[in-house]
Amino acid sequence: MNNIIEISHLCKSFGDVKAVQDVSFKVKKGELFAFLGVNGAGKSTTISIMCGQLAKDKGDVVINGKNINHNMDEIKNSLGVVFQNTVLDKSLSVKDNLKSRASLYGITGKAFEKRLKEVAKLLDFQGLLKRTVGKLSGGQRRRIDIARALFHKPEILILDEPTTGLDPQTRRIMWDVVTKLRKEENMTVFLTTHYMEEASEADYVVILDSGKISAEGTPLELKNAYTGDFITLYGATEEDAKTLSLPYEKIRDAYRVAVPNTETATKLIVKYPSIFTDYEITKGKMDDVFLSVTGKTLGTASSDSEKREGKKK
Amino acid sequence: MSKLMSLVQRNTKVFFKDKGMFFTSLITPLILLLLFVTFLGNVYRDSFAMCTPKEIDVPDTIIEGFVGGWLFSSLLAVCCVTVAFCSNMLMVQDKVTGARTDLTMAPLKKSTLAFGYYISTALTTLIICTVAVVACIIYLSQVGWYLSAQDVLLVCLDVFLLTMFGTALSSVVNSFLSTQGQISAVGTIVSAAYGFICGAYMPISQFSEGIQTFISFLPGTYGTALLHNHLMGGAMQELKDNYFPSEVVEQMKDSFDSNLYFFDNKVSIPQMYCVLVGSVVILIGAYILINVLKGRKKK
Repeated sequence: MNNIIEISHLCKSFGDVKAVQDVSFKVKKGELFAFLGVNGAGKSTTISIMCGQLAKDKGDVVINGKNINHNMDEIKNSLGVVFQNTVLDKSLSVKDNLKSRASLYGITGKAFEKRLKEVAKLLDFQGLLKRTVGKLSGGQRRRIDIARALFHKPEILILDEPTTGLDPQTRRIMWDVVTKLRKEENMTVFLTTHYMEEASEADYVVILDSGKISAEGTPLELKNAYTGDFITLYGATEEDAKTLSLPYEKIRDAYRVAVPNTETATKLIVKYPSIFTDYEITKGKMDDVFLSVTGKTLGTASSDSEKREGKKK
Repeated sequence: MSKLMSLVQRNTKVFFKDKGMFFTSLITPLILLLLFVTFLGNVYRDSFAMCTPKEIDVPDTIIEGFVGGWLFSSLLAVCCVTVAFCSNMLMVQDKVTGARTDLTMAPLKKSTLAFGYYISTALTTLIICTVAVVACIIYLSQVGWYLSAQDVLLVCLDVFLLTMFGTALSSVVNSFLSTQGQISAVGTIVSAAYGFICGAYMPISQFSEGIQTFISFLPGTYGTALLHNHLMGGAMQELKDNYFPSEVVEQMKDSFDSNLYFFDNKVSIPQMYCVLVGSVVILIGAYILINVLKGRKKK
């Protein structure tokens, strides 16, 4: 697979604040790329530089084979962005909003009507075209935001915390559409999110902390590197859990034993087959990875987390 | 070009559909209208009557034509600037709501965006002012018509130039704003103050000498004076021809701001046009320069 985004040694400061410090990563075409970090980690600054909204201090940003220093207009044609908050005109109708934005990409007249039908069907908002954006519900508005981002058929869709505050149904619709587009059009999705279950679906994850990359890899690589496995023993007694000589916790109807890796779990199963009559082995979650790497939990960035030793890179 | 037209269309639609923005832009002209209906009109009528010797019987149509001319010239002068300011607040509002970021996500030149705001502001202001001019013509034709076709054309030219002035001035000022608080502060100051400093609420000649000197440095004042000249000129001429000696009429012109003085030098009509056109050119130049410098700073 080709790299559709290549960022190398990117730096950006605002006065004394170093927002992005020597950040380098690559995104492959067609993959779901998750960019994680607490508020203020430098995610939005990086995205703003990629989209030509902010000037960088140092480094190179190449998108779709084109450098942002020279080909920003071409790059903009290949980017679609869903912002954290709705940025459409609340006093205009859905159709007027999409019409005004589409015309900036040269999509007018019959081409506009045709594309409007396509995205309205894709995102299921045919009945909302004449409604004023300001009077739509949060979920309905989000669908229109996505339609705006997809209208010019971008190759890269940037989703900046797209599901924050959304109801489960709208989240599902959004992810169904994104999955469909990835499958059918090989669209690359660049995601920032606070929901770890969304990040765990990504092909590749970069964790940013205080403007620097703290860790990166596939979710599996990160889980293997930064969290252990968990064995859940059903129908076991506390004595059985103690026998394993590993940290454990009692959950509703079982004991959850933390093991360093799957290999250790296998050895334990072989050694104590009588204990493992009803059990399951699970990997650590992305929340655990994030906590382990940054010493912070997403959505509740705390300054005292700086005291913890979590830097892995 | 199509992107520019599309932006203009979008900005114009947002202005007229955003009820808050639209009605705010009409506050100052509406206050002026209210003041006129409740007492200002009578004040001017009474002053006119008091200045007129008892043996001269001036017809009501001339008095109404004169007072109506004053009202509408003031109203138009205020409209051209305050409506432009409110309409151009969209430039700042787009920064606040993030719409500007969204617009610039598209392959759109910064200059196109800047001219989009300028043209749409000029257009919306001209639409509202055209309605005001039509209302003015209808009103004056009912109460006392002393305008020539040339006067009407010159009023249209004055409105156009003042609109360009208001649009250019608001473009420069609004370029430095970026928050909702600043929008409210500037909007309030302009709405409240402009009516006074352009001589719409009361004639500039009523102010103290120092303030008059200060006001003579403001280019918008000359736009107001042009409108006073062209909307009240017919009634003044009628008075001069048939009722009052020319000295009295000149004194009236001084009192009602048809004549303006810059350090005791009377400013002629062509000079007023020069000041207005010159200030429009300078302000547009400043707006372009601000955008160029902002673009360079970003790079």
